Amino acid sequence: MRLHELTIVQAHEGLRKKDFSSLELTKAFLARIEKEDKKIGAFINLSPEMALSAAKKFDEKMGGRDFHLLAGIPAAIKDNILVEGERCTAGSKILEDYVASYDATVIRKIKEAGAVILGKTNMDEFAMGASGENSAFFPARNPLDLKRVPGGSSSGSAVAVAADFSVYALGSDTGGSIRQPASFCGVVGLKPTYGAVSRYGLIAMASSLDQIGPITKTVEDARIIFEVIRGQDELDSTSLELKIKNQISKIKINKLRIGIPKEYFIKGIDPKVESMVKKGIEKIKESGVKIEEISLPHTEYALACYYIIVPSEVSANLARYDGIKYGMSEIRNPKSKIQNLLDVYLKSRQDGFGDEVKRRIMIGTYALSSGYYDAYYLRAQKARTLIKKDFEEAFKKVDLILTPTCPTTAFKIGEKKKDPISMYLADIFTVSVNLAGLPAMSIPCGKVEGLPVGLQIIGSWFEEEKIFYFAQTLEQQLTTNDQ
Amino acid sequence: MRICEFAYSCNSHKIRITIRMEPMITKKEVQHIAKLARLGLLEKELGKFQKELSSILDFVKKLQGADTSKVEPVSHITGAKNVMRNDTGRKIDIERVKKILKEVPETKEGYVKVKAVF
Repeated sequence: MRLHELTIVQAHEGLRKKDFSSLELTKAFLARIEKEDKKIGAFINLSPEMALSAAKKFDEKMGGRDFHLLAGIPAAIKDNILVEGERCTAGSKILEDYVASYDATVIRKIKEAGAVILGKTNMDEFAMGASGENSAFFPARNPLDLKRVPGGSSSGSAVAVAADFSVYALGSDTGGSIRQPASFCGVVGLKPTYGAVSRYGLIAMASSLDQIGPITKTVEDARIIFEVIRGQDELDSTSLELKIKNQISKIKINKLRIGIPKEYFIKGIDPKVESMVKKGIEKIKESGVKIEEISLPHTEYALACYYIIVPSEVSANLARYDGIKYGMSEIRNPKSKIQNLLDVYLKSRQDGFGDEVKRRIMIGTYALSSGYYDAYYLRAQKARTLIKKDFEEAFKKVDLILTPTCPTTAFKIGEKKKDPISMYLADIFTVSVNLAGLPAMSIPCGKVEGLPVGLQIIGSWFEEEKIFYFAQTLEQQLTTNDQ
Repeated sequence: MRICEFAYSCNSHKIRITIRMEPMITKKEVQHIAKLARLGLLEKELGKFQKELSSILDFVKKLQGADTSKVEPVSHITGAKNVMRNDTGRKIDIERVKKILKEVPETKEGYVKVKAVF
């Protein structure tokens, strides 16, 4: 097996046996990125110096000793997660030259475990998008078909793993931004329970929904990273210590009850995706799990609810980009004719933000403005309670819920760019999970006409362990599911 | 202006019905929202955003069908409680302050400088 194809577990084994050094491993990835990434666009910024020096440090210090599973192993980081001393753009012109002055908590944790950071990955601007096309710099492409999108917003992170540019990657998921690109690129993506992973150092989009999570080649790798990055953090007051309810060894496959929500097999889903997912479910039955149809009756309101809550939080969170404290500013423009403070705000934000960001800021400003608050934001937060209650009822009956991750496979670049609503519909199966704060994973379920289909496994709050256990069983069964 | 067209035929007579619907928000409202959001817009962008914002608002209107009369709004999804730190000073890392100030477009004697309000 070639170095760039290794999983975390395999690469760790190789380092331990001294089959190769971390420096050799890191150089293999950098060379591959150098050669291939021009046409794919996974990375916004590469940091070869930082990567090589971390790899050398590992090789010098760790010889002959026991070391962490992540030690010496290359990683790619979504460009909305701060790495000290590195540029952090969030895919936006407004942060094009911004250099992070501290490490995000997840970065501190993986660095402490010995991770080698290769660079920062491409994304939809401020994580707003489902295709990667909203990147202010260039769109990332799907490595399985360069004419198609890789999904978004963690586009480059999913691409980096699928194209063997990195062993694993970190992404962020607000409404599907880890799971949907993982599904489109044929890799594993986990969105943890809200609060399981610290958001300190993650550039905020919608704070009540954002979570950082891993994108990997295998379920086992996702579990390894989750174990490293999770935990309460005094720098994120919404973070919580996970009470692990179900140790993997205690779960028995034939005791698991799986729910299939009927509302997720609706008009609009690509029939080939539907039949692939149903075929996957049939295979799962062979393992002895009990499968039953369930109902999540408020599913139809999820997307509308999401597209009120998200813009509302966006309009508040993105107020910080004002041209005063950091980032692109009209003050830096030597030809500027600005007169006063208001002009600095207006012009800096006009030039720095792309169209989707502007749309969401304006929708949010409208929804929160006096006279409209009750009709939009309050109603959406109430609908969110209904959506959460649906899941509470469902998890009284079943352990896990299975759905398609997306209604389609990867679509063509340009296909949905002009119509914001059609782009929003790409999130239809993933947003409910964020609204309810649940953990969910997308795993590859096979391919339709050469394009990957993802299966979404939704767990109850803080029951990531059950997801890992079940996903690992499925992973082996589904590898032969291609059509 | 959003235009919906329906065409059908009846006994070889082709009928085309055009319904003109008012957009959900006016250009003036777009301008007002943009100003509230401190977002500069070009005159020629107003029509584009009016159309797009109207279609998004039309899309989220679906929520009006949900019966929310008997539920409380979500305040925190996992029910987490407030977390307080001790009300004491924290040490400032002067190197970090320098790094942060380096990102500021205009400073004066270690302070962030802003343009006049008027």
